[in-house]
Amino acid sequence: MATTYEKVQSTTLNSTQSTVSFTSISGAYTDLVLVLNPIANTAADSYPYIRFNSDSNTNYSRTFYRGTGTVTSADRAVNEDRGYLIGGNVVQTNNAFNGIVNINNYSNTTTFKSYSSRTNSPTGTNASAEGLVGMWRSTSAITNITIYCGSNSFVSGSTFTLYGILKA
Amino acid sequence: MANTYNLISSVTVGSGGASSMEFTNIPQTYTDLLLKVTGRTNKGDLYNDLSIRFNGSSSDFSTLGFVSTGSGKATYTTTSPYVGSINDTGGSGGSNIFSSNDIYIFNYRGSNFKSVSADSAVERNNTGNDEKGLYSTLWSQNTAITTITLVSVGYTLLQYSTACLYGISNA
Repeated sequence: MATTYEKVQSTTLNSTQSTVSFTSISGAYTDLVLVLNPIANTAADSYPYIRFNSDSNTNYSRTFYRGTGTVTSADRAVNEDRGYLIGGNVVQTNNAFNGIVNINNYSNTTTFKSYSSRTNSPTGTNASAEGLVGMWRSTSAITNITIYCGSNSFVSGSTFTLYGILKA
Repeated sequence: MANTYNLISSVTVGSGGASSMEFTNIPQTYTDLLLKVTGRTNKGDLYNDLSIRFNGSSSDFSTLGFVSTGSGKATYTTTSPYVGSINDTGGSGGSNIFSSNDIYIFNYRGSNFKSVSADSAVERNNTGNDEKGLYSTLWSQNTAITTITLVSVGYTLLQYSTACLYGISNA
């Protein structure tokens, strides 16, 4: 049986870091899946986001919906300098926050890149269940993904894994 | 090349139904677990809560749900171990209709609390009877998960309900 879902890179932190990067991502896969179960040093303003290929220009946009336990909402934002994974959720100081991000057709050089993100935190600051679609307006193949903890840091025990999916 | 996405076990409910679908002696060799479920109960309603138990426990859970029926939406928190909705027999559309549930369990053998992301869909090609849900669940226990039980409390899971447990490895 062909292996069609395999680890590309994985990181479990054993110290505090402000970013986690997956670099030199091979173009050999069809799609990517980023799985994260991080822990923040502080929850306030720990809005997780990514940047592709270190692009910090205003090439990102997102549309999301969320439920906080008491309020449902939906919104969008355009021309951002980062690709948020969330609408309002934050990385918590325990490992309650989790996220699964699907990045389809990431290595083509013809189209802009879109991603879908499911993030959760049932307890803590800004707790919510969310669905989000984001776009990076670039035709470049994605070779580098950097993950940020808002203006804060990820701490020891945070896990990040990038999987590749093969169509063949 | 490492094989990172493996079927651990699957369950299909037989004739007569079952009170639960259960996985025991889960190997402690993966990073995450993924449950894919299709389900239907004997409750005479539209849909019912799908609940999970880890190591036989239904305690120490926190769940935040966000559901849309197409015409409305709602969000809530509960200490019940909900991970989705499951079809019942009360809705229209016939007996061939089952829910679709994906339940992702992060770092299931780690020493931290266990974090779960779940999506569920109950669709009947009907106005107002259907539901799409996002669920965020935390089990505030540090012990490794070795047994998973799926139930719809108080009701019977009907024949052809299925659950497949996959192990996902980052090694």
